Amino acid sequence: MSDAQPAVTSDVPKIRLRGLRKAFGAKQVLDGVDLDIRAGHSMVILGGSGSGKSVTLKCILGLIPPDAGLIEIDGRNVATLSRRERELVNDRIGMLFQNGALFDSLPVWENVCFKLLAQNRISRRAARDKAAEVLAQVGLAASVGDLSPAELSGGMQKRVGLARAIAAEPDIIFFDEPTTGLDPIMGAVIDGLIVDCVKRLGATAVSITHDMASARRIGDDAAMIHKGQIIWRGGAQSLGDTGNAMVDQFARGEREGPIQMELRR
Amino acid sequence: MSAAPEALASTLVDRLLDPVAALGRAVLGLLRSVGAIALFAAEAISHLLRPPFYGRLFLKAFIEIAWFSLPVVALTAVFTGMVLALQSYTGFARFNAEGAVANVVVLSITRELGPVLAGLMVAGRIGAAFAAEIGTMRVTDQIDALSTLSTNPMKYLVAPRLLAGTLALPLLVIVADTLGVMGGWLIGTQQLGFGSGAYLKATFDFLQVADVVSGLIKAAVFGFVITLMGCWSGYQSGGGAQGVGRATTSAVVASSILILALDYVLTAVLFSR
Repeated sequence: MSDAQPAVTSDVPKIRLRGLRKAFGAKQVLDGVDLDIRAGHSMVILGGSGSGKSVTLKCILGLIPPDAGLIEIDGRNVATLSRRERELVNDRIGMLFQNGALFDSLPVWENVCFKLLAQNRISRRAARDKAAEVLAQVGLAASVGDLSPAELSGGMQKRVGLARAIAAEPDIIFFDEPTTGLDPIMGAVIDGLIVDCVKRLGATAVSITHDMASARRIGDDAAMIHKGQIIWRGGAQSLGDTGNAMVDQFARGEREGPIQMELRR
Repeated sequence: MSAAPEALASTLVDRLLDPVAALGRAVLGLLRSVGAIALFAAEAISHLLRPPFYGRLFLKAFIEIAWFSLPVVALTAVFTGMVLALQSYTGFARFNAEGAVANVVVLSITRELGPVLAGLMVAGRIGAAFAAEIGTMRVTDQIDALSTLSTNPMKYLVAPRLLAGTLALPLLVIVADTLGVMGGWLIGTQQLGFGSGAYLKATFDFLQVADVVSGLIKAAVFGFVITLMGCWSGYQSGGGAQGVGRATTSAVVASSILILALDYVLTAVLFSR
């Protein structure tokens, strides 16, 4: 887009995307995404439904192979890594899924310490204690550890998902729509926990959302993706007053503006 | 104007070839699926040979298949043995061969009905359960979550189940063989007038080790196929609850057909002279 700002910083970014492209059949979902995410900062990627933000996240995580483009983490192109090498990169990554994606067949404490247990980095007895400690960090009692994910409310599932994302103390944490489906107060609670956890770990955070209040609370930087391209990047606090007509329309939730919804009547 | 008859002829040829094109597409689709399933199986088997190994998951799957399928397999085997004895007796009576009932029961059960019926019962229970569980994990992002937690989903979800299915079904078939023969013995001695000792002697006199072993080989193959199709269908599922439903149906139908088809192939291979 002509009004796109350069999404590049001078120092080596934690995550660097260049010319990322992905199509599903005839639909070009990502059409050359360029983005730098600074180490230790919290980046919020905004965009409407179907704009390509989830696909961007899945490409970075290695869940979807891109058709073309560069994905660098700490200066290393991860798109060309073997599966084993990719697993080593993922060791330093935590992820909070939109619906929690907790494992139904495991109790909460095993969900929280899943990565540590799977890699034999901790005994099962020690994992219980570790889970209680991490659950406390997200405001849940140790007794929650013995429950099944199906017994938890939506807000509790998000908090357990957050506990699982931070339990292995990752360098990078991804948040996929962290407040979707929650009431405003619980959304604010989850945002507060995200900010606290990211600061405590000194991690780099990447969140995708279309909740403006949440974006301002958890983001240092923000970028907007539209039709598979980054059309704007700036400070998260400036959302709604960016001078970019598309971003401002999106942030204010206005029906009229340069972004036209494709409604079929 | 002169092009009209040619266009008509071309349309006619296209119409005539439509069924051929459809058949070609179906065959290509089938070959693609077979190739994809073979690669899926090969990858799962390769994970059985490389650490880390998930012993707890193997044990859980083994108990789920072997222990919890026991009642349905046992009941099926007992009633099959009983029906077989009754049918053989009334059928063989037409040419005065009632004495062969015990032999027919034991050979039918060990060579064919034990492994096939146990396989079909387990396909209904376990194939459907695995497809539903893994399919639900797929549509709720749990499989993606495994990847982000540095855990290979094939190694974690598929490999232990495949091994458990391959080892558990032969054990179930040993139970099914025993109970099927006992079902025949029950009807033979209580209803058809055979002496208990004579019935059992006739059973074991004609039974050879190869009869039992061939049934167990079939069972191991069926166990592999059932768990493979359950895992494959679940792994490929998408489209929410409807997709999971389709995966479950597809797992049961595909493994049932494969059991019957492979039964013929294995019989031809194991008993060819």
